[in-house]
Amino acid sequence: MKALMSGNEAIARGAYEDGITFASAYPGTPSTEIMEAFSKYDGVYAEWSPNEKVALEVGIGAALGGARALVVMKHVGVNVAADPLFTVSYTGIEGGLVIISADDPSMHSSQNEQDNRNYARAAKIPMLEPSDSSEAKEFIKIAFRMSEEFDTPVFLRTTTRVSHSKSVVDLEEPKPNTEKRDIRQDPSKYVMVPAKARERRVEVEKRMKSLREFAETFPENKMEINDTKVGIITAGMPYNYTKDSFSNYSYLKLGMVHPLPSDMIRKFASKVDKIYVVEELDPFIEEQVRAMGIEVAGKEVFPYTGEFDPGIVETGVTGNALGGVELPVLSLPQRPPNLCPGCPHRGLFYVLGKLKVFVTGDIGCYTLSFMKPLEGLDSCVCMGASVGMAHGMDKVLEERGRVVGVLGDSTFIHSGITPLLNMVYNKSNALVVICDNRTTAMTGMQEHPATGFTLQGEATKALDFVKLAKALGIDNVQVVDPFDIKETRRVIKEELSREGPSLVISRAPCALLAVKKKTGRRVPLRIDPDKCTGCKACLSMGCPPISWQRLEDMEMKIEKKTKSQEGIAVIDSTICDGCTLCQQLCSAGAIEGVAENE
Amino acid sequence: MNKFVQSVLLGGVGGQGIIRASDILSAVLMRAGFDVKKSEVHGMAQRGGCVSSHVRFGSKVYSPLAKKGDVDILVSFEKLESLRYLDYLKADGKVIINDEEIYPPSVNLGDDPYPKDAIDFIKKHFTSVKVVDATEMALQSGDRRMANTVILGVLSSYLDIEYGIWESVLEESFPPKILSGNIEAFNLGRGV
Repeated sequence: MKALMSGNEAIARGAYEDGITFASAYPGTPSTEIMEAFSKYDGVYAEWSPNEKVALEVGIGAALGGARALVVMKHVGVNVAADPLFTVSYTGIEGGLVIISADDPSMHSSQNEQDNRNYARAAKIPMLEPSDSSEAKEFIKIAFRMSEEFDTPVFLRTTTRVSHSKSVVDLEEPKPNTEKRDIRQDPSKYVMVPAKARERRVEVEKRMKSLREFAETFPENKMEINDTKVGIITAGMPYNYTKDSFSNYSYLKLGMVHPLPSDMIRKFASKVDKIYVVEELDPFIEEQVRAMGIEVAGKEVFPYTGEFDPGIVETGVTGNALGGVELPVLSLPQRPPNLCPGCPHRGLFYVLGKLKVFVTGDIGCYTLSFMKPLEGLDSCVCMGASVGMAHGMDKVLEERGRVVGVLGDSTFIHSGITPLLNMVYNKSNALVVICDNRTTAMTGMQEHPATGFTLQGEATKALDFVKLAKALGIDNVQVVDPFDIKETRRVIKEELSREGPSLVISRAPCALLAVKKKTGRRVPLRIDPDKCTGCKACLSMGCPPISWQRLEDMEMKIEKKTKSQEGIAVIDSTICDGCTLCQQLCSAGAIEGVAENE
Repeated sequence: MNKFVQSVLLGGVGGQGIIRASDILSAVLMRAGFDVKKSEVHGMAQRGGCVSSHVRFGSKVYSPLAKKGDVDILVSFEKLESLRYLDYLKADGKVIINDEEIYPPSVNLGDDPYPKDAIDFIKKHFTSVKVVDATEMALQSGDRRMANTVILGVLSSYLDIEYGIWESVLEESFPPKILSGNIEAFNLGRGV
């Protein structure tokens, strides 16, 4: 049977067909849907771990217990998991262990666009790279076979375009799980004290040698000899972009990007006149091919930054701009993503934006509040960085109460607990706010250790942030409702003025979660045009339903309330959530609930 | 470029049901016997930002992304957004525009004007431009959220694919409760 699947769905399907029943992950775009799809198959165990390091350690444990384990993360998640990663490369495994690294060229939803092929080389772990969904489904199976044959973890790298493109796959029946789950004690293999690690280190190099030999005959490293004037060396999605424009060229398409098949590359080079290496981000293949003494064109014609498309590849090869209609250049208003109507972050960041403090922010929807008009966040580096940075900045400033670290509930659990403990230990005066919207919102509302439910929907213990903070030694802990502006401002100011570290939990459910769970349906609001004075206070919330209308553009005749009034604010009630934040700012009393019969 | 591959670009604003529409379109094309690839955006861009999806079909499709100057049909779910993708169109490319305005933040704040002459501008450069009030037609079918199905209906009249295939995919795409409304919305669009 044929089906249209995204790369992510295909990876989950491939794992299921291969009899894989164990997976761990932390959500992160563009990887999230792999676990969401996998967790729904019959007979599998799948968990959201608190972060990628834990997810990998869980996977290593499962693999040492004889299971075949799948561990999934986005590219920056591999940074978090790098510590166990580099050493599990030494120990090897019992059951297969495959790690998905979902990279994000162009940073569609990420803070950097690191090229994780470099991790494969640095950690001495083989890496496969599919170019579409059909390959994604097959490569995950190959990855598990390689893992067991070579006693190594194996990387499968996708990019956003592979993960989030749909293409046709052939579905197969799942194979039965034939794992032998048991304990097998083998300290010389698994206890990486220096003496044993030195022994394993040698094994790693032996394994890399075998893998290099394997790569030479690996069927997914494919040579297509057509017109020999131009040869393309490529892997993953860029193969499709190139093939789209230049189907007649010769190709060496690498299914495995580490280690490279050097004999095969030499053979290919001997058959073609000119070689282009087409790869996004780093010149990873290009530099290795050049090091073999083979002349190629690469980053001098293709960009280092951003993802490619067929046009970028075509322009790189031909040097010509693309055809199409000549259009005058338009200056269009940008449309950046925005916090949703009814988002609880809006009230908190409105308050923070008005205070003269530096807000060290973090990774989540709330990062969007750095934009106009909220301007309530001043930095974003990586998961959990808000807490450590707030402490560091507080330590170097003379005056107290000028720094607030803000992060979400899931992000706090991911990487915020250790730096919070550090604040207690090292006597910080900084304030940390957890914007606790009861879900992992940005990636699409995943459960986490404080929601009370597992990935597969089982009820479980829910972490209590207040008790945790008290146990860590934070004496000043308050919970506030961010939909109450006055109270939020009062609590934040109070905690900023206090000695010692403080924690405020700004708690209200994500607006989308409220819709999903059908809780808290509120009455949408509207603005009475006869009462609105055009002061624009409500616009400072940056809420999507509220817009500015100039009096001169309006059909309806409206009487000016002040001489200088230029317009009125309008609420599109069809998308208003009724959270009342704008109402709290309206001194004219012009914002009211929409009556039920309207 | 592979002559036998056609490209449709769907663009609009997060929340308008663009991904859903492109999923249905892709399923229809697959059932009609084409090789299909489609691309889409997830994650951060969902939050009221620009959303676009390329759908490409033919005997054999490599790239899920079209290149600029090579799109056959641009389907824009919002007026301003239609201007963002014009450089993707072929010289004889066709345009379908939903006559809806969704203000981006800078327009809401009064910092930028909303471009009022978008449709005239497009008509000056392209010969086949169809403007439909999909939201109004969706309301006729019972729910404004079905505007994306109306637009699919309009698009269906540009593609040579049996009605029965559309119908069967729509039946699989919606729960029974909202199916008849969506079929009605689709037919309204198809009849434009």
